Amino acid sequence: MDSRLLTSAVTLRVNGTVHRLTLDNRSTLLDTLREDLDLTGAKKGCDHGQCGSCTVLVDGRRVNCCLLLTVACDGSEITTVEGLSDGWSLHPVQEAFLARDAFQCGYCTPGQVCSAVGALREMAEGRPSAVTVGTEPPSGAAEIRERMSGNLCRCAAYPNIVRAVGDAAERAAEWWERTP
Amino acid sequence: MTGPDAATATPTAPAGGSTRPPQSADDQDPRGLGASVAPADALAKAQGTYPYAADLWAEGLLWAALLRSPHPHARITRIDTAPALALPGVACVVTAEDVPGEALHGRRVHDRPVFASELVRHHGEPIAAVAADHPDTARLAAAAIVVEYEVLEPVTDPEQAFSAPPLHPDGNLVRHIPLHFGDPDVVGDVVVEGLYRVGRQDPAPIGAEAGLAVPRPDGGVELYVASTDPHADRDLVAACFGLAKERVKVVVTGVPGAMGDREDAGMQISLGLLALRTGRPVKLVATREEAFLGHAHRHPTLLRYRHHADTEGRLVKVEAQILLDAGAYADTSSDALAAAVAFAAGPYVVPHAFVEGWAVRTNNPPSGHVRGEGAMQVCAAYEGQMDKLAAKLGMDPLDLRMRNVMATGDLMPTSQTVTCPAPVGELLRAVREEPLPPLPVGDDEQDWLLPGGPDGAGDPAAVRRGVGYALGMVHMLGIEGADEVSTATVRISEDSATVICAAVDTGQGFATLARQIVQEVLGVAEVHVAPVDTDLPPAGASARGRHTWVSGGAVERAARMVRTQLLQPLAAKFGMSVELLTIADGKITSYDGVLSTTVAEALGGKELWATAQCRPHPTEPLDEFGQGDAFVGLAFAAMRAVVDVDVELGTVRVVEVTVAQDVGRVLNPNQLAARIEAGVAQGVGMALMEDLRTARGVVQRPGFTGYPLPTALDTPEVRIAKLIEDRDVVATFGAKAAGAVPVVVAPAAVASAVRAATGRPINRLPIRPQNAIVAQG
Ligand code: FES
Ligand code: FES
Repeated sequence: MDSRLLTSAVTLRVNGTVHRLTLDNRSTLLDTLREDLDLTGAKKGCDHGQCGSCTVLVDGRRVNCCLLLTVACDGSEITTVEGLSDGWSLHPVQEAFLARDAFQCGYCTPGQVCSAVGALREMAEGRPSAVTVGTEPPSGAAEIRERMSGNLCRCAAYPNIVRAVGDAAERAAEWWERTP
Repeated sequence: MTGPDAATATPTAPAGGSTRPPQSADDQDPRGLGASVAPADALAKAQGTYPYAADLWAEGLLWAALLRSPHPHARITRIDTAPALALPGVACVVTAEDVPGEALHGRRVHDRPVFASELVRHHGEPIAAVAADHPDTARLAAAAIVVEYEVLEPVTDPEQAFSAPPLHPDGNLVRHIPLHFGDPDVVGDVVVEGLYRVGRQDPAPIGAEAGLAVPRPDGGVELYVASTDPHADRDLVAACFGLAKERVKVVVTGVPGAMGDREDAGMQISLGLLALRTGRPVKLVATREEAFLGHAHRHPTLLRYRHHADTEGRLVKVEAQILLDAGAYADTSSDALAAAVAFAAGPYVVPHAFVEGWAVRTNNPPSGHVRGEGAMQVCAAYEGQMDKLAAKLGMDPLDLRMRNVMATGDLMPTSQTVTCPAPVGELLRAVREEPLPPLPVGDDEQDWLLPGGPDGAGDPAAVRRGVGYALGMVHMLGIEGADEVSTATVRISEDSATVICAAVDTGQGFATLARQIVQEVLGVAEVHVAPVDTDLPPAGASARGRHTWVSGGAVERAARMVRTQLLQPLAAKFGMSVELLTIADGKITSYDGVLSTTVAEALGGKELWATAQCRPHPTEPLDEFGQGDAFVGLAFAAMRAVVDVDVELGTVRVVEVTVAQDVGRVLNPNQLAARIEAGVAQGVGMALMEDLRTARGVVQRPGFTGYPLPTALDTPEVRIAKLIEDRDVVATFGAKAAGAVPVVVAPAAVASAVRAATGRPINRLPIRPQNAIVAQG
């Protein structure tokens, strides 16, 4: 078969760097990041959208990138855990995870961190979740638990993850501008 | 085949972001024992640069895939690998014929073939392995291998295993322990019976098995895997390769979660064989489905109990029959059985006990070491019995337990005297005294907290609250005469120290503990912990928190030897004994202040090294009647679970778990709390949702939807009521391992609470909705 039918040229902006790639149309964004761009921060826990360890930000929204075809991301701005800090200091969510010891084995952590960045943004935008009551701006541990419930942690560091995300939420106003 | 260049390639972790780490630890950071020292690898974990095996890469690598059996029991009549080899990009295919060394392997009993060649004994058993230039090519090639099977009737009911045709040359019985303790003819005034079942919990680490094998120019091979017992794995794989141990090196990568033994030995052997055959590095990353098929599970267990008590509620006799389903291969089932039988009555004083335990092979997925093995299953049963007995006697279940609790000096049914602190009564009192959480009644905003969650909640009027209690115990070290030993080396130069020890940190914090020990003994802030490989002396398995004791002990001894070497010349010069000198913050001072210098000055440019071993008190095998001093070190915990049950739908929400634990000594408060929270969550998973289902031996829906794990929503509030610090004099620092006992006790506590809410027997874990529904009048 003509290989041009199976491949596409894609332009991605990943952590601020533009990449022009020719890829198999079936490649997932997770495989592209890990295998083609050597960005192994996003982890593969299930490859089925069930664990959240592959969470990255695509145009500011969190996604399980094992479920996303790279060709569908042409022209998108992608931020992985490697791109969260500004090169000098950690992202406040990363700082909060460190301060709260919000992991044990660390395998789910990149996904948790990216997911938390996305979740905090959703909360700041006032987007409701399944547990948001009325029109109050969402906040609090219940909201955080609900919003982080797509990210599995077998080491069950959940109590500290919830505390870390709560800490970061309190400081969110300071850092919105510099979050991609 | 490629040239020697590729063969010497060294795996590297790909560069992550270009992030600059923040300033290193400032002087205010906590350090030493008893402080909440943060893990050294935390920064890399938060940045996603901590390298796991799946992240490694080597120049010219090939990708491996395994062909696994779709049948649980079948005879293989033909294997044709030619169609796989014919695919472009395929470098090598190996089957049983290509195993140069031992054809069988196993952790205790060598009963498991590297590749099935004649008989398949479980769904997912490896039959062949392929190396190709792309992971998808490798998978397609594995699928292209032709295997003809004569499908056989699987033996899936462990009770049938005794009479079923033997699945192995030595039969289906792995081990039988008939424990006899006391007088069999004694009977109690009150007798309660129960039948309990515990399902198949999977360790389900979020990071599936993965590895990279790199051939060495000397004909050996290096394996980069997340091994939790690297020397044992090396010995096992080297025997299958037909190589001397020294020619195989296991290098431990980041461990992406471990709840027992990690890594599937069959995968490691396949990887190594492919690397040896092709002369190229070979990488394999298991799929999630494969992970569920390949690694060991918790033993599904059937338990039949009869408790005898007097009218006052004092236990008179416990009779039990315990049947562990080992699955297709023996693995560590004999250890799990010994624990189950020895702890069958729990942390209670029982004058007479008669326990029969069996572990049998079936065509079910293989069982093995999963945190709290054996001890967890019996805890669910004996605590169920205590609730039943209390109901029959009309006693408060707490009073009944309190009346029977074990203490130091009491005998276990194995006739072993409990010599360590056993503050069981105090633990129970501590959880009892904690206030109960309020009911979320009439609070619309809390509606989503109802069982079933925001989407599945039923009628709030059908929700009943239950409070349940459980006590439990677990052992910490290797049992029945296992040579428990660890070796560590400590080095100091200028103002930093290094610990070299093959104890694998699975995230449980051993590396942090090792740093704390050296900080404490040598007074230096900067302590590095070297990466682990099998060129280091062995430290044994990372299991039951045994490294806290055994490897922690070795590190402490080595650090003390270094300290003596460092201080002796100074002490001699000033005419005082070493004991009169202290080291703190890199400074050495004498009791009278006459001497004051820095560690760096005292070293004078020299490096000091010392190596030491720790080998705790030996144990002995249980005899033919299940008697003997088979354990060293026991840990206890009490828990109170509060649940809300929707009695129409049978859904359960664990509101809170209160824990009191016997920890010996708190070495790192934050890490300890995290370990307890994690153990409770894993126990709640066992209680409510985790069961790897099979249908006639075939694993059903091996994924995170078929096998759900607790999420942030399912994990209850964990309240630590009390940590009892009664130092265990024989343990290093007096500390007891903390991770296993919460997993043992939490399922029983949740079951007890659901029992209290529903009045239903709750004799099966995980609890199914149909078991928690209360018929409406
Ligand atoms: S790897 Fe994408 S959700 Fe699990
Ligand atoms: S820290 Fe291990 S899975 Fe979350």
